[in-house]
Amino acid sequence: MKKDNLVPLLSLRKLTKRYPALVANDRIDLDVIPASIHAILGENGAGKSTLMKLTYGVIEPDEGELFWEGKKIKQNNTFSSRKRGIGMLFQHFSLFETLSVVENISLTIPGNRKILSERIKKVGAAYNMIINPEALVFSLSVGERQRIEIIRCLMQDLKLLILDEPTSVLPPQHVRSLFHALRKLRDSGVAILYISHKLEEVIELCDTATILQDGKVTGTVNPHERTVQELATLMIGRNIPQTKPRTEKRLTDTPILKISNLDAKSDNPFSVNLSRIDLKVHGGEIVGIAGVSGNGQKELSRVLSGEDLSHNLHPKIIEMMGKPVADLGVSDRRRLGFSFVPEERLGRGAIAPMTLSENALLTAYGKDMLDHGFIRNNKIEAFTKKCISDFDVRCRGTNVIASSLSGGNLQKFIVGRELSLLPKLLFLAQPTWGVDIGSATAIRQRLLDLRDQGVAILVISEELEELFEISDRLYVIHNGQISPSLMTAEIKPDDIGEYMIGIRNVSNNFIKGNNANQV
Amino acid sequence: MTIIEFFLVGTLSASTVFLLAAMGELVAEKSGMLNLGVEGMMAVAAAVGFVVTYETGSHLLGFVIAGITGVLVSLVFAIVTITFFANQVATGLATGILGLGLSALIGRRYESFTIISAEGLNIPYLSEIPLIGPSLFQHNIVVYLSIILAVIIGCCLKYTRLGLAIRSAGEDPNALQALGYSVHKIRYGAVAFGGLLAGFAGAYASTIYTPLWADGMIAGRGWISISLVVFGTWKTGRIVFGAYLFGMVSLGELIAQTFGLGIPSQILSGMPYIVTIIVLAIISSKSSRMRLHVPFSLGAVYDGTITR
Amino acid sequence: MRIKFEARTEFSKGVLLSVPLITIFVSVTVSSFLLLALGKSPMMTMYSFFIAPFETFYSVTEIFLKFGPLLIISQALAIGFRAKVWNIGAEGQMVMGAIAATAIPVYFPDSTSFLLLPAMIILGAVGGMVWSGIAAFLKTQFNANEILVTLMLSSIAYQFLYYLLLGPWKDPMGFNFPQTVMFQDEALFTSLFTGVRFNTSIVLPILFSLGVWIIMEKSFIGFKLVAGGTAPKAAGYAGFSAKTAVWQSLLLAGFAAGIAGMSEVAGPIGQLQRSVTSGYGYTAIIVAFLGGLHPVGIVFASFFVAVIQIGGDIALVSADIPISAVRVFQGLILVFYLATYTFVHYRIQIDWKQQLSSAKASL
Repeated sequence: MKKDNLVPLLSLRKLTKRYPALVANDRIDLDVIPASIHAILGENGAGKSTLMKLTYGVIEPDEGELFWEGKKIKQNNTFSSRKRGIGMLFQHFSLFETLSVVENISLTIPGNRKILSERIKKVGAAYNMIINPEALVFSLSVGERQRIEIIRCLMQDLKLLILDEPTSVLPPQHVRSLFHALRKLRDSGVAILYISHKLEEVIELCDTATILQDGKVTGTVNPHERTVQELATLMIGRNIPQTKPRTEKRLTDTPILKISNLDAKSDNPFSVNLSRIDLKVHGGEIVGIAGVSGNGQKELSRVLSGEDLSHNLHPKIIEMMGKPVADLGVSDRRRLGFSFVPEERLGRGAIAPMTLSENALLTAYGKDMLDHGFIRNNKIEAFTKKCISDFDVRCRGTNVIASSLSGGNLQKFIVGRELSLLPKLLFLAQPTWGVDIGSATAIRQRLLDLRDQGVAILVISEELEELFEISDRLYVIHNGQISPSLMTAEIKPDDIGEYMIGIRNVSNNFIKGNNANQV
Repeated sequence: MTIIEFFLVGTLSASTVFLLAAMGELVAEKSGMLNLGVEGMMAVAAAVGFVVTYETGSHLLGFVIAGITGVLVSLVFAIVTITFFANQVATGLATGILGLGLSALIGRRYESFTIISAEGLNIPYLSEIPLIGPSLFQHNIVVYLSIILAVIIGCCLKYTRLGLAIRSAGEDPNALQALGYSVHKIRYGAVAFGGLLAGFAGAYASTIYTPLWADGMIAGRGWISISLVVFGTWKTGRIVFGAYLFGMVSLGELIAQTFGLGIPSQILSGMPYIVTIIVLAIISSKSSRMRLHVPFSLGAVYDGTITR
Repeated sequence: MRIKFEARTEFSKGVLLSVPLITIFVSVTVSSFLLLALGKSPMMTMYSFFIAPFETFYSVTEIFLKFGPLLIISQALAIGFRAKVWNIGAEGQMVMGAIAATAIPVYFPDSTSFLLLPAMIILGAVGGMVWSGIAAFLKTQFNANEILVTLMLSSIAYQFLYYLLLGPWKDPMGFNFPQTVMFQDEALFTSLFTGVRFNTSIVLPILFSLGVWIIMEKSFIGFKLVAGGTAPKAAGYAGFSAKTAVWQSLLLAGFAAGIAGMSEVAGPIGQLQRSVTSGYGYTAIIVAFLGGLHPVGIVFASFFVAVIQIGGDIALVSADIPISAVRVFQGLILVFYLATYTFVHYRIQIDWKQQLSSAKASL
């Protein structure tokens, strides 16, 4: 174990990066010593990812300097970073689905493929991460893909490992085994930079934490010696806003959404087949669907919204507001009172180069916005203005283009638009992903208010904490199948985790053996 | 010459044009660049190649200069789409139109001139096989080099790191850039290579296959080569097969005349296009196959923004 | 030295309007160098291209004659292009429209009914729509790439044209030339002035342009088409049918090209012959882009291209410029236009530093 704590492994001095709309990193100072797990804590949009990209060499700073083992770094790029022994695990994996594991790894690790395959198997075994080098990436689950990225880093002569929000794709059980591997790595002398917005994890795992807020460092502390409140204050300048608890509960008798025995198979090798899906949502409740990314959420979304009509389902398989809709397209479902906030914002929920008014028209067209096929501009303007003010969307007016809004504001706009359509059934996929905490809380509060007004709400989310905060009932999706309905108040995150990784299957039985590793 | 011999000779010769151009376009498309200017690149290279060979008597020089011409025209496409982020379809069409115009301009004084085609090789032993020997193994060197080239390209794409980088650029340029590769450099290279091969294809068409120059002589073969890449679902082996199939189909008119078939010549002339449409429809309809093989980012503008 | 473009946060209207001017300036400059290299006079050439067409009344009417078909076809193509439906077979659709319309004077050569022209217009439109409809069918049912299909269909349409002209529709009194009989007067458009070819058919492109403007600026259909072309997943999310968009785009283009084809045979040509399209189907593609894919811009672009087409003919004689030079000029204009257009959405950044180590490291 290295005892050289005099010279930090990595030092950043006054590192600054500016973008046209904001200063992502503002004169950041940072010191990382070997054999430590150092957290970079901050909410979404604080500048954590930018800082890591600067460190790894993906982008160049506008001002400031980087020092490695005491010596100044002159030209930083990813190849020289890797040579120094820096490995990076991005939040979005840099993997190519049509290539195999070993082909992917050979893009950054030199050596012929046979030798690489052997090394992959050895390193994987050493850290308990089994992976088949010849497998094509598209056939692997998200957890397995993360393993590829980790093994790729471990195969370098690693001195510093940077992880960007690694647990956002993992169920609770796998988080623990990841932490175990990271501690083992630290004890062997490696420094670890752990980027996260999850306070509890940082307190559990990390030796030091540097906290970022709006691009600036607000503190460097030992997380073991601080409370959640203190860290939260450093992160966002105030206590984490809470949503108000539910006062009373009133459900409709008949379900507003009913999916019965849905089977949707596709010969597209990249998608997950759905089988025997049963779920119900009543008016006046929020139902969540938990699950690790890549288990059928995207496919279920598209079948539910009507974007995917390729399965020729019997109409009654999906019922909304009591009517069979499985053979109806998106517009017809919306006409019945169905609204939908999709997972992708720009490119699906909104069109980037179009103005907010045009984006409002995108789904509001059924609400008296057209006159014999012609667009009623004044009505759309009024609708858009109301959306912006009701939902606190920070922008310069209805005429700005969607891509000029920050992630949080755009999401507030999209959620606001869908809510302003006065739906009876609302479906949201990843509603607060990547959204700053203020906007996220506002969105969640709106959903709770909507629920109290009798609307039926279905939420798919990969953030378990969020689902526990707002939903009354939960389902878990795994491998295209859905668990029985679980009451949020009566179940623990670990139990959900077991469904997420398939230890418990849909009939609530424990499955013995290898399925435990299936994520 | 017997019918079979005539058939084989003609097919091998005609197919080489398609094979070269399709291979070039394959590499470009694998990196994510849809270059629709192949017809124009081939045309201007055909004109240049013809003029050079006519004036100097050297086929080799003609090929080299034609290749360079192809590279230059493809670089126009590359600069406008890769550095200037313009729409690939529009730019490909524009460079194609430019190429066609340039070819007419360069070749205007050489209309209907002819030259001597290149000599055929005499591959020992193989060309003595009865029946098919002479027709398969006495072609000019370009025919054989093009097949060897196709094999090399296939192996390179599949097994070398360069091939991996090209395929990755075509699938997810953002991810490749994040890994530290220069997507722009890879795509410039792939497009230029496509231009080089289109140049060779054009030179072959005007100096060896039908050793004359006439405005419009490429006659849609560039477009058929692009279609071949789709038929072959971006796989080298299938594209080679498609090229030879089309070589055969393009002989249709000659064959019908030989047999004295009473089919109106226009139907035969239209045959390659009809067959192209039918095969396109059949191959494209299987969406799962397409998703697996189409370079995912084909034709999409990559403006360097790393969106992660 | 590295040139990089960076996305703008705001759309620059000033740049948008100056793009056509910069394009013309750059194209003229580059072409002038080319002309000097060819030993021709740039001044004479540019004069012939841009000024000479306005010197005689007849010449001006010829500009408008070319303006019509370019306008109607490019308006329709632009709608498709904005919806990312790449129809490059307008040539073939024009041919089929011409063929369909020609059927009437060929089979009813003695009729003098006032219904002749309207019937020909309808048939012309239908002919074009049937041809483009084939591409729409193959795209929506088989996912066949419309770029390749429409192009192949063009080639097939030409073969069909040759077959008819050399076979069943050949004028028995035509000295064996591949052409049909001349149409009777009632099957022709009336000239607007004596002695000129410019005729009443111009009404059709003008009305069509008006319709296109209304659709794209005011109607929901236009919005849906643009949304589908800009962000297909968002259009799907909104419930806009991609298949409908394909049919609408292609049928509209077939309609327009068919009418243009009909206007040629019932106008300046007066019969069906091999050169019925004058390349309008391809030139209209250039016009559509030069007009920024916008209904008003296309009016100007159509006029501009019509001027240089006439100018090219004039330059052939007065400046000894080969006709292929006009095609090169058009190609250059389009290439420079596409490059210049980038500045609307992106800002340029020139990096003068030498980045040696990063270049080495990436090998």
